[in-house]
Amino acid sequence: MSPANLGLPLTWRRIPERYGLIGSECENCKTNYFPVRKMCPKCRRKGKMREVKFSGKGKVYSYTVIYSPPTGFELDAPYAMGIIELAEGPKLTAQIVDSDPKDVKIGTPVEMIFRKIQEDGYEGLIHYGFKFKVVR
Amino acid sequence: MIGIVGYGVHIPRYRIKAEEIARIWGDEGGADGLGIIEKSVPGMDEDAATLAVEASRNAIRRCGVDPKRINAIFVGSESHPYAVKPTATIVAEAVGSTPHLTAVDMQFACKAGTTAIQCCMGMCSSGMIEYGLGVGTDTSQGRPGDALEYSAGAGAAAFVIGRDKIIAEIEGTCSYTTDTPDFWRRPGMDFPSHGGRFTGEPAYFKHTISASKELMEKLGLKPGDFDYAVFHQPNGKFPLQVAKMLKIDPSKIKQGLLTPLIGNTYSAASLIGLASVLDVAKPGNRILLTSFGSGAGSDSFSIVVTDRILELRGKNRSVFQYIGEKEYLDYGLYVKQRRKLKSL
Ligand SMILES: [Zn+2]
Repeated sequence: MSPANLGLPLTWRRIPERYGLIGSECENCKTNYFPVRKMCPKCRRKGKMREVKFSGKGKVYSYTVIYSPPTGFELDAPYAMGIIELAEGPKLTAQIVDSDPKDVKIGTPVEMIFRKIQEDGYEGLIHYGFKFKVVR
Repeated sequence: MIGIVGYGVHIPRYRIKAEEIARIWGDEGGADGLGIIEKSVPGMDEDAATLAVEASRNAIRRCGVDPKRINAIFVGSESHPYAVKPTATIVAEAVGSTPHLTAVDMQFACKAGTTAIQCCMGMCSSGMIEYGLGVGTDTSQGRPGDALEYSAGAGAAAFVIGRDKIIAEIEGTCSYTTDTPDFWRRPGMDFPSHGGRFTGEPAYFKHTISASKELMEKLGLKPGDFDYAVFHQPNGKFPLQVAKMLKIDPSKIKQGLLTPLIGNTYSAASLIGLASVLDVAKPGNRILLTSFGSGAGSDSFSIVVTDRILELRGKNRSVFQYIGEKEYLDYGLYVKQRRKLKSL
């Protein structure tokens, strides 16, 4: 296995959350979590967790524009990174693409789209998953 | 009765105008003969797999079929992101149909998407599967300066095929296939090669016309029996010539002729055209669909719209809504976005 492929098991385990926005709901206190959690931090041992698929609808909680991107994202720059608050409650970090930069504001409604997140060079794996776009 | 249960498309948001490409190559009026105004360009983070997922999610959302009941997924493309590693597995996982299904990628230049639908039809008819998903998706490339650069666009269309709750019955299909070397791409090559003028007469026209005529003969139908016709559309002109040769009124191909606005979306081209027709067709309307793939072959279908189409209308963005959401690129951004420089 080349060094780039050492992350394969982690990538593979994350496919359900990255492709399908699968998270957890505590049936005791009805709190939703993303990604999947084994234990509810509020209810501890009283909590009962089950997997849920989130709708992909949400709004921009906060955002920033990246001009100096990390390795692997050089061609994307400049791009918006947002903290997205899902309609079901949990917050997550994701790129906001396919949107006019002036439309990206706090509170703007967004929806999940399926995109290429990163490529491990020309020979390695292509990583897919969610990004968000502004809903018009 | 076998037919279309749901359909969905995805067209990337970016466009480049033919005149902007012509400006770079000093080719004023060079695109005039192609009948292309502008073409779609995929985003940096889009490929045939992501387009296929978006179109498939739209198709499944529209009809409300439980994805676990989709037991076969066929993805037709000539720009699969991996040479080895199926796009169909990515689609199956992303739409939630895994793991109890069969899935495979297909390649036949621009016609693999319609062949994917034929495979779904066969498996549904035989009872092997309950629902099948046939997808055509492409992010095709033309060599800079080549005529194909004006036309090679990006898009995807997905069709859920089944035996119940159908919005359009597929009353018949047939194909016409020969070994014709009009267009090809060898392994490891970034851009295709083609036979120039040779691509028209013995390839596109012969196969498209032969398959369409054979279908009409088989079903006992005349050109006048169709309310709409959709043909593969490598440019804006060829489908009009086919309509004339088949004696089909040009007004019947307008709704499904989208290459002037989004370019040739290859495996998705005739299927996005069909989706556009389904966006407006009335119950009882009959649609002729004939694809063409270089190499070469055509699949022809006769499709009759049912009453149920009205229930699903407006549940998704229409093809023309996708076409209307656009952002223009200049040639420099286009080169970056399509990674046309090796150093990118
Ligand atoms: Zn709890």
